[in-house]
Amino acid sequence: MCLALPVKVVEVGPGDAAVVDLGGVRKQISLALLDGVQVGDYVILHVGYALSRLDPEEAQKTLALFSELDQSRLAA
Amino acid sequence: MKYIDEFRDGAVAQGIAANIAAAVEPQRRYSFMEFCGGHTHAISRYGLSDLLPPNVRMVHGPGCPVCVLPIGRVDLAINLALSRDVILCTYGDTLRVPASNGLSLMKAKARGGDIRMVYSTLDALQVARDNPQREVVFFAIGFETTTPPTALAIQQAQQEQLANFSVLCCHVLTPAAITQILESPEVRQWGTVPIDGFIGPAHVSTVIGSQPYEFFAEEYRKPVVIAGFEPLDVMQAILMLVRQVNEGRAEVENEFARAVTREGNLKAQDRVAEVFELRREFEWRGLGIVPYSALQIRERYAAFDAERRFDLVYASVSDNKACECGAILRGVKRPQDCKIFGTVCTPENPIGSCMVSSEGACAAHYSYGRYKDMN
Repeated sequence: MCLALPVKVVEVGPGDAAVVDLGGVRKQISLALLDGVQVGDYVILHVGYALSRLDPEEAQKTLALFSELDQSRLAA
Repeated sequence: MKYIDEFRDGAVAQGIAANIAAAVEPQRRYSFMEFCGGHTHAISRYGLSDLLPPNVRMVHGPGCPVCVLPIGRVDLAINLALSRDVILCTYGDTLRVPASNGLSLMKAKARGGDIRMVYSTLDALQVARDNPQREVVFFAIGFETTTPPTALAIQQAQQEQLANFSVLCCHVLTPAAITQILESPEVRQWGTVPIDGFIGPAHVSTVIGSQPYEFFAEEYRKPVVIAGFEPLDVMQAILMLVRQVNEGRAEVENEFARAVTREGNLKAQDRVAEVFELRREFEWRGLGIVPYSALQIRERYAAFDAERRFDLVYASVSDNKACECGAILRGVKRPQDCKIFGTVCTPENPIGSCMVSSEGACAAHYSYGRYKDMN
């Protein structure tokens, strides 16, 4: 139910309308819940609405975190 | 696909699993509740519990909107479709939820009810525009992710003066459900459901932010780690919870920082606050009547409230006696503890709501884990 997907915004406007691309599938969505979205941004799409913008820097930090060794493994 | 594939890398998952194994203290037992059905689904689908040390246990929570929707609410929707001649628009998830008299919305549709599955509230509005001579009701269920789109639809209907559109509001609130779990005797008094921390919702938190969980960390001393729905997100969140427990910390940490901020989506929150107000009480399947745990439509939008428009009166209906959904939703039992799991109750013929949605604990275990315990 709360499932949502990261999608790339490929067209913005008119109004709150936008077109997103998900692995080659294009779909019209609404940006009524999110300000300042630009072409090229990734947003989280849920039931036809963009709920939040993905922060590429934070995503990179999280991916880097996955690869860190636990301190106790370093000590061992 | 970007932001999906890199969060599903098996080799990286093994690395995080090794970190978890190294971090756990052997004499300690760790029990964490993943609140969301989205996390429950990821844990089952990717076999994450098999990557965890034996002393780390995941308890499934009630964060599956279809699962916690009580029979009485589905009955209201079915009655609208069968007796009041409305077009009932609904998200696909609710169609197979068992209701009274052996019915579901799907079966009511087979009996001639005009029930239409929609992807978005935008589609429901279009149905109302296309059928000005008919009453169109949107069956609005879900946690804080689906609530802002419902609020927008009601405002849009008012703006367009779509007089034939209304909403049967069943939106529920995540923090209220977490409080109910923490206050339950199984957790608080008897300790039969030990909970050392929570994996906090991914997409709900994009809307409400991480701030509402700070109360649980401060007042109940329970660590909360908000996590994305991909398998590596869940594994990392478990590692972060293990570390908090080891260090005696109870804080809100945000593993899903790529999409969640402390404040959340303020625009969405404003829309919700304009259209909805707290309901004094709401019945949840499994959790019973929970005070101030759901939303209702404000007086100024009363014209779009299906409960007012059709004088609907909610009647509580008990679940099937053999069904253990209630105990499973509270974390007291596991799907495989239910006598009818996988025999009488299957995804094709669900007896209880947890077998309906793919995020339900029973459906997830049936699809991905049911052969695991056999040998």
